[in-house]
Amino acid sequence: MLKLDLNQDTRKFDNGRQQEANGRLVHLREVVKTYQSSAGTFTALQGVDLQVESGAFVSIIGRSGSGKSTLINVITGIDRPTSGEVIVDHVQIHSLNEEQIAVWRGRSIGVIFQFFQLLPTLTSVENILLAMDYGGQYPRRERPERAMHLLELVGMADQAHRLPNSLSGGQQQCVAIARALANDPVLLTADEPTGNLDSKSAEMVFHLFENLAQAGKTILMVTHDNDLAARAQRTIKLADGRIVDEFTNR
Amino acid sequence: MNEQNFHSNTGETRPLIDLRNVVKTYNSLAGSVTALQGVDLQVFPGEFLVVTGKSGSGKTTLVNILTGLDRSTSGEIWVDGAPLHRFSTEKAARLRGKTMGVVFQSFELLPTLTVMQNVMLPMDFVRRFSVREQRQRALQLLEQVDIAEHARKYPTALSGGQQQRLAIARAMANDPAILVADEPTGSLDSATATAVIDLFADLVRQGRTVFLVTHDKDVAKRGSRILTLADGEIIAAETREGSYA
Repeated sequence: MLKLDLNQDTRKFDNGRQQEANGRLVHLREVVKTYQSSAGTFTALQGVDLQVESGAFVSIIGRSGSGKSTLINVITGIDRPTSGEVIVDHVQIHSLNEEQIAVWRGRSIGVIFQFFQLLPTLTSVENILLAMDYGGQYPRRERPERAMHLLELVGMADQAHRLPNSLSGGQQQCVAIARALANDPVLLTADEPTGNLDSKSAEMVFHLFENLAQAGKTILMVTHDNDLAARAQRTIKLADGRIVDEFTNR
Repeated sequence: MNEQNFHSNTGETRPLIDLRNVVKTYNSLAGSVTALQGVDLQVFPGEFLVVTGKSGSGKTTLVNILTGLDRSTSGEIWVDGAPLHRFSTEKAARLRGKTMGVVFQSFELLPTLTVMQNVMLPMDFVRRFSVREQRQRALQLLEQVDIAEHARKYPTALSGGQQQRLAIARAMANDPAILVADEPTGSLDSATATAVIDLFADLVRQGRTVFLVTHDKDVAKRGSRILTLADGEIIAAETREGSYA
């Protein structure tokens, strides 16, 4: 999956999953999400239809509160839609229970967060090994080599045995991206991955996503940086829980 | 819960944590900053030790060095009789996993795992309990911090206070000798903060040892012993018998 200019032979890390050429990887139908609170009902998504082809790099923009994070969270199964269908890689996420979702997500999706969410008590390489433990995609003896390979891929091999708090924000996010790739997921989702970084680190991290997209990874990225968003192949704009605009870049 | 004997041959109580003349200096482009200037500090079994001070006083550096998440420039750190200052990162991680539960200001839960899985995670590392015991124990801990009904949810579905309770349950997963908390109420509103500190006080009453740093004076006064840190030095110490009871 990651056949890369970035690296040496990666075929041995391919878990053999076949994707349909230009197949539809993500399909949302009429997705509604409402939250109940003491202040009343809040509708975060008001009937969203979305299709993402395999291999696409899609950016999602919109003001804060427009539903961007909720959209990502229903696709990763971290949140459940109130109604509608969410299909990812032929799996109907909305019909799985929490435990099934956790197993499915561990294998199929690499999730990247604004605040990195690395475990502070584990080194870089241990954070990646942990994700492999949960994914169970690779035999135990192959995992250390694959983890180191992924750290090389993101340029962090020399930081393998350091703890997250001794790394810069940009370095932590690179390690988090390596972790997201741990189980060779069919989809990478990133919620404001550069939102907590200075512009130089943001560029480094975004460039890494561009390389992954070129290598064939499907990426869904929420950002409020319009310049970065325009560098994806396709941009979706949300407002008040609806897709209000959509354009193909370049 | 912890039935280890902390008494040495001389009959004196051995500290769980013993910091001796700990210095930490950071070098940056702007010059060097000394975050800790020779700190001596002991944490004894059963106490609720609070270190308070303004931001920049060295509190977080102190926590990071005491847990082995950062290295001191000089000085000694003894944890449950073991010389943490001489340990590699890996060996330090094993000692930490066995003896300490760490609670952070921003919870540091894994958003992609359920509440239950977050608690079971550290048990998976230390492997003191069988898988069946792990599940039972995780549920007991979630009951103890009063969020068992949320076991199958994801952390994002919980309030801040509930997330911190979950982080405390996770910190207790391997039945550590000591709980270390860095500004555990720093991301919470005051009512929620009080409830979380009540939980720490309860745990101390049940025999746990807690080391907590906070800038919040109301939180600090709940400790059984309170140390004040300023410019990397301990400038005041106060003991408040039974104040947490």
